[in-house]
Amino acid sequence: MIDALSTTLTFVALGAALWGVVLMIANRPLAPDRWFGLGLLGVLLLLELGLLVQAVAGLVQLFTTDRDIEEFTFGGYLVAPVVIIPVAAFWALAERSRWGPGVLVIGCLSVPVLILRLGQVWDGHA
Amino acid sequence: MPDLATRTRSGPGRLLIAVYAVFALAATARSAVQIATKFDQAPLAYLLSAFAAVVYIVATVCLTRGNRTSRRVATVSIVVELIGVLVIGTLSLVDAQAFPDATVWSGYGRGYGFVPLVLPVLGLWWLRRTGQVADR
Repeated sequence: MIDALSTTLTFVALGAALWGVVLMIANRPLAPDRWFGLGLLGVLLLLELGLLVQAVAGLVQLFTTDRDIEEFTFGGYLVAPVVIIPVAAFWALAERSRWGPGVLVIGCLSVPVLILRLGQVWDGHA
Repeated sequence: MPDLATRTRSGPGRLLIAVYAVFALAATARSAVQIATKFDQAPLAYLLSAFAAVVYIVATVCLTRGNRTSRRVATVSIVVELIGVLVIGTLSLVDAQAFPDATVWSGYGRGYGFVPLVLPVLGLWWLRRTGQVADR
């Protein structure tokens, strides 16, 4: 796996989650017309692009590696975060209260967990 | 005042549905992989995984729809979920041999930070709270 990318994505996701927590505490909705909302959505867009790169690179590695890994589990952990982030953003934008950012916190926190599991499956002790 | 369905999926309810959706996805993906690739190893555990997945999907969809009928179905599925996590959690500790491979509900959802144990309680609380407002 591309360790540098996975590590970066983990920190970006945790940063976005922290941002979401701050918005919840400050009692702000995920407002796309304000800097704090637009900024968070921008970070999520970068995160999504990174996750896409990780998914493509991971799938290529999956088909070229000699390792004996559980391919469906591995593929699932590659694709799941790519799906989760846009759905979470969509679900969060429909909420005009602090619970909108809360949804993003859940979505963003799932990313490090999935990346952790991805690494474990790749290393073969899943 | 917004209608019942809107209230059910707004505020904390929106967060609750998000967590339910994550668990629906996790349980569905996990059981699909288990059943497709190694069903013979632990059929009971894998069927329970699939059952849990269905319960989470039903709860997610019904909480999102949020009308009276959906809320009733959601209540039933969340009660089933609570019973499931308690029964499977206990059985997996008492009779570990029957559960050679983990399900979402093994060890009261230990593998998922005990969220499966807390989630049904929060779900029932939320349905109760939004339902009470409607009666007033």
